[in-house]
Amino acid sequence: MNALLPLVVAGPLLSAMVALTAGSPRLRRALGLVVPAAVLVAAVALVTATSDGDVLVAQVAGWPAGVSISFAADLLGALMLALTSLLVLVCMAYAAISGDDRDPYYVPLALVLSAGTFGAFLTADLFNLFVLIEIALIPSYVLMTRTGSREELGAGRIYLTVNLTASTVFLFGVGLLYGTAGTVNLGQLVGAGAESGGVALATGVLLVALAIKAALVPVHGWLPRSYPYPSPVVTALFSGLLTKIGVYAIFRVYTVIFSGESRWDVVVVVVTIASMVVGVLGALGETTVRAVLAFHMVSQVGYIVLGVGIGGVVGLSAGIFYLLHHTVVKTSLFLSAGVVERVEGTGRIDRLGGLARRQPLLGVAFMGAALSLVGIPPFSGFVAKYVLIRAGVVDGQHVAAAVALVVSLFTLLSMLKVWNGVFWGGEPTRDDRLAPLIPPRGMVVPGLVLAALSLLVGVSPEWLLWLSDRAAAGLADPSTYATAVAG
Amino acid sequence: MSVAVAVAVLVAGGVYLVLQLGLVRVAFGFVLLGHAANLVLLASGGVGRRTAPLVGGATDEEIATTADPLPQAFALTAIVITFGITVYLLALVAAGADDDPSAEKSPAGEPDPARSEASAADETEGPS
Repeated sequence: MNALLPLVVAGPLLSAMVALTAGSPRLRRALGLVVPAAVLVAAVALVTATSDGDVLVAQVAGWPAGVSISFAADLLGALMLALTSLLVLVCMAYAAISGDDRDPYYVPLALVLSAGTFGAFLTADLFNLFVLIEIALIPSYVLMTRTGSREELGAGRIYLTVNLTASTVFLFGVGLLYGTAGTVNLGQLVGAGAESGGVALATGVLLVALAIKAALVPVHGWLPRSYPYPSPVVTALFSGLLTKIGVYAIFRVYTVIFSGESRWDVVVVVVTIASMVVGVLGALGETTVRAVLAFHMVSQVGYIVLGVGIGGVVGLSAGIFYLLHHTVVKTSLFLSAGVVERVEGTGRIDRLGGLARRQPLLGVAFMGAALSLVGIPPFSGFVAKYVLIRAGVVDGQHVAAAVALVVSLFTLLSMLKVWNGVFWGGEPTRDDRLAPLIPPRGMVVPGLVLAALSLLVGVSPEWLLWLSDRAAAGLADPSTYATAVAG
Repeated sequence: MSVAVAVAVLVAGGVYLVLQLGLVRVAFGFVLLGHAANLVLLASGGVGRRTAPLVGGATDEEIATTADPLPQAFALTAIVITFGITVYLLALVAAGADDDPSAEKSPAGEPDPARSEASAADETEGPS
């Protein structure tokens, strides 16, 4: 079982090479579907193996712990692995249906991107985390600017420079941490930030870099300016994988290094409140479907990280549940937005209308995911918000809980803006209206599947809540993780 | 101390260049920032200890002056990554991302009133 851990990274990397050299589009497509499916199977096996609190560790090439590149899977890592491999699979299926994978570089790049993401969830070493994040980012730079249109290059320029800045800051943080703590192995860093001010400062530098990647206010500006511009499937893939690496790493780094130290929780809470408010207000002012969704991510990331600020098993569990729910729902919405753009040729809300009549299934998929995002029962969003707000109240974070409630109303408002503009109302009366395009059959299905998954979790959330609780317990008390990793 | 000064100078120059408009300057800025980060990594292993880290048969005295190999490995990896990304940045320059679209459309100094209008114009042209 432990040998699975390095394989999960190496497999997609090697298949990316095969896909790159393969001349046949059919082989490429098959690799793109089979590899994430295989990772999903492995991840489910890892979830079952770690659900009782075990931590699986693999020291690559059999070097002793501390010298080797070590991979470690606890329940949180395994859950994230399962979630992201599912999303990669769905996005690959969407690309296969919509024809996005006709670009010979799409499948290899997406596979490398997923390899880096999978690795980032499993590594137990901060420098390796840096390397794996870079492995995930470099193909994303290419995917971002693939068509080379002027608009994409402008967005890619912002995306690249901001992420490069974040990576450089992260590297500074790793250097400072090594200088102050003498190690970058997470197993040896438990509680280090509580003991030494220098380590706490170095960790702060790391967390700033991760906050840029997760797009928390006030370092969120790059996301709404870059995510709406590449091909829709690329946006969906990025929203499911890249920002989530940042969020996951915040969970991991903060809970391990500041284990037993709650002095900085207030900083996290303030930042997340700002993210929730600014994100949702920004989303209200956007004019295209994907821009609304992208700006909205900032707000949702605020909700997720609020779980860290609340802290303890209750808060972390709520944050993890929200993370899992949000990733599925947001990817579903981006995929539906992709279908809208394909059918109508534009994503501008003021040029659209009445789509629910012509594409009822698309309307259902979008409506389901949007309601889940807002937090309406019986979707998973309701459970996620309920658990999070309850955790806030229990912990005494009344302001944060109140803000989370009020922001939900504005979320509803921004989703209604999209719904009314795109799906309801009369046909658009623009002169340049082209004949409605017929989307490839089945293009709605990926988004619909994810929305249905959200409904399923919303109807019977117990199992996922239980898993989140167990994962949070592993984070709140990282001693098992530490002894397993440090050997 | 000398490392601290070098890092400060590199970061100052790097930040200045990254804030410039032209993408070539931004690329050079990131090269400087990358050097600064690598210096920090090297300094984190102790600047005074410089003997080659050879395993086996070392006396305590030798071990005390031996350089820490781990930060060197970090820096080496980071250099490769920075180099690769610099090349990609320069490739973007060649592809035409050098001129900031929003800055160029309005020479009168008007901050782009409608980025979406510009993009709508691009849409009709279609990606080549």
